[in-house]
Amino acid sequence: MSGPALATRGLAKSFGSLVVARDIEIELPKGVRYALIGPNGAGKTTLINLITGMLQPGAGRIFLDDSDITALPPEQRVRRGLVRTYQINSLFPHLTALESVTLAVCERSRAARTWWRPLNAYPHEIDEAYDILAALKLGPVCHRLTRELAYGQQRLLEIALALATRPKVLLLDEPAAGVPREESNELFAAIAGLSSDITVLFIEHDMELVFRFATQVIVMVGGRVLLQGPPHEIAADPQVRAVYLGNAPAKGLQDKRQEPHRESRHD
Amino acid sequence: MALSEKATSPRLYLQAQTRWRPAEIVFWLATLLPYVLFPNYLSLASQIAIAGLFALSLDLILGYAGIVSLGHAAFFGVGAYTAGLLSKYDWGEPLTGLVAAAFAAGIVGYATSFVICRFRHLALIMLTLGFGLLLAELANTLGWLTGGMDGLQGIHTWKLLGYFRFDLYGRAAYSYALAVLFVLFLFARRLIHSPFGLSLRGIRENFVRMPAIGAPSRAHIRTIYTIAAALAGIAGALLAQTTETVSLDSLGFERSAEVVVMLVLGGTGRLYGGLVGAAIYMIARDQFSGIVPQYWYFWIGILLVGVVMFLPNGILGGLAKLSRWSRS
Repeated sequence: MSGPALATRGLAKSFGSLVVARDIEIELPKGVRYALIGPNGAGKTTLINLITGMLQPGAGRIFLDDSDITALPPEQRVRRGLVRTYQINSLFPHLTALESVTLAVCERSRAARTWWRPLNAYPHEIDEAYDILAALKLGPVCHRLTRELAYGQQRLLEIALALATRPKVLLLDEPAAGVPREESNELFAAIAGLSSDITVLFIEHDMELVFRFATQVIVMVGGRVLLQGPPHEIAADPQVRAVYLGNAPAKGLQDKRQEPHRESRHD
Repeated sequence: MALSEKATSPRLYLQAQTRWRPAEIVFWLATLLPYVLFPNYLSLASQIAIAGLFALSLDLILGYAGIVSLGHAAFFGVGAYTAGLLSKYDWGEPLTGLVAAAFAAGIVGYATSFVICRFRHLALIMLTLGFGLLLAELANTLGWLTGGMDGLQGIHTWKLLGYFRFDLYGRAAYSYALAVLFVLFLFARRLIHSPFGLSLRGIRENFVRMPAIGAPSRAHIRTIYTIAAALAGIAGALLAQTTETVSLDSLGFERSAEVVVMLVLGGTGRLYGGLVGAAIYMIARDQFSGIVPQYWYFWIGILLVGVVMFLPNGILGGLAKLSRWSRS
């Protein structure tokens, strides 16, 4: 059990002649906080889609805890602890926050299969859902409909839904996308506070956040992994500066954050 | 929002949602009014109860799981023919007839659910429509069994519980249909307040998100589709037993469309929508067609357009909005 929590071997995908992922080999040791960076269109979201089974790879294999999960459908990967969130909120607009997370907890505990007993016969599930929300400071708004929550709260609910599945590996697709800077710090503080048993990979454009919260960084460009290493090495690498940071790193990155992200999504 | 402050509230809050509201009790008491107020209309009342059960079964898949069906009459028809044939071949006991109909319709529903669970939206509408048409044509072709265009003749329903005779005035018919409706309503109510019911609403709200929380959406859809089919089958059996006839239109396209109209009129995803919609639709048809029969569809068209334009959540949705508005 000392192997990596998640690994890919020669992962590749193309749509017609457009190659969106080529020969991707990554290894995430247990409990590490990984940042996945790269310019728009580099294939970061595609990689998450491939790993979670939302997309079928053209070639390559995916391993979770050393077992090959390449052929498993998405929901079974979730059951084994490989969970993602979405760059654009993908929630349940007309369920309350508590109902949404209770739903996810019930699916994990398999209570969701029972239709002959009322929900309130499952107090543990409800309490667990509430605890997850409370830990993310969503306790006071847990009875609000999802669509009535503030945007930043919806981003947190995305994470709450993922946590309800008890992930081992958590893939966060721009968790702070569209969140004002002061709130994104809070959001990342919540992510940093996650149990150290959980391996986290997050996509993030804000270098300041990346440096603060990641222990390792993977740089993707044009569907392939350009480089990986600890943040200070990445920041110093001339190749990275050339393709990703541009010539004026600090400013260039700030601009990047404000841009609407048009990365293609295939779910 | 006083609720949100208490740390102990989550359980209580979810519990409160399953509690019986006064309006619900009033509703069920009102179903007894026809005995007193309209004793001559008990046959109509029993038809309303049957249509209401049929619409309720559709609500489970359409209103809760977001599965739009234009072929739901297939299960109604299978149930009707099952009960009818049983009775024709000398087993007119009503309750076992219902059970047999539920099984037959449930089996057909289960078989088709494997295809249904793979599709959404327009494809789903076309698929259910296609299945419905196939089954209607099959019933037409198997004239030796179903009676074809002439309908299934020779049905004789035995006394209910060996005691109550199905009379001309529809007294027994209404009591029977209402009792079955009530019991199955309790069942449906329990189901939608279960963890499974919550998952159905998740499927309706965001189908693509469900796999990402580890939910076997397709298995859920197969389960609810089978249950809804069985309930529709019971509704069909009730009609066969109380009218002692089954015709091809019991599984025709028109009946499929009609039940969608009833549900949309009343309001989807609220259990009572189908019941209220069925009552309004059937009473309106009875009244309007009494005045000028050929214009009946004109009036129902106006009603439908008006409701969809001004009350997008149906009549019950409008009422709920009104009561929220008057309280605040």
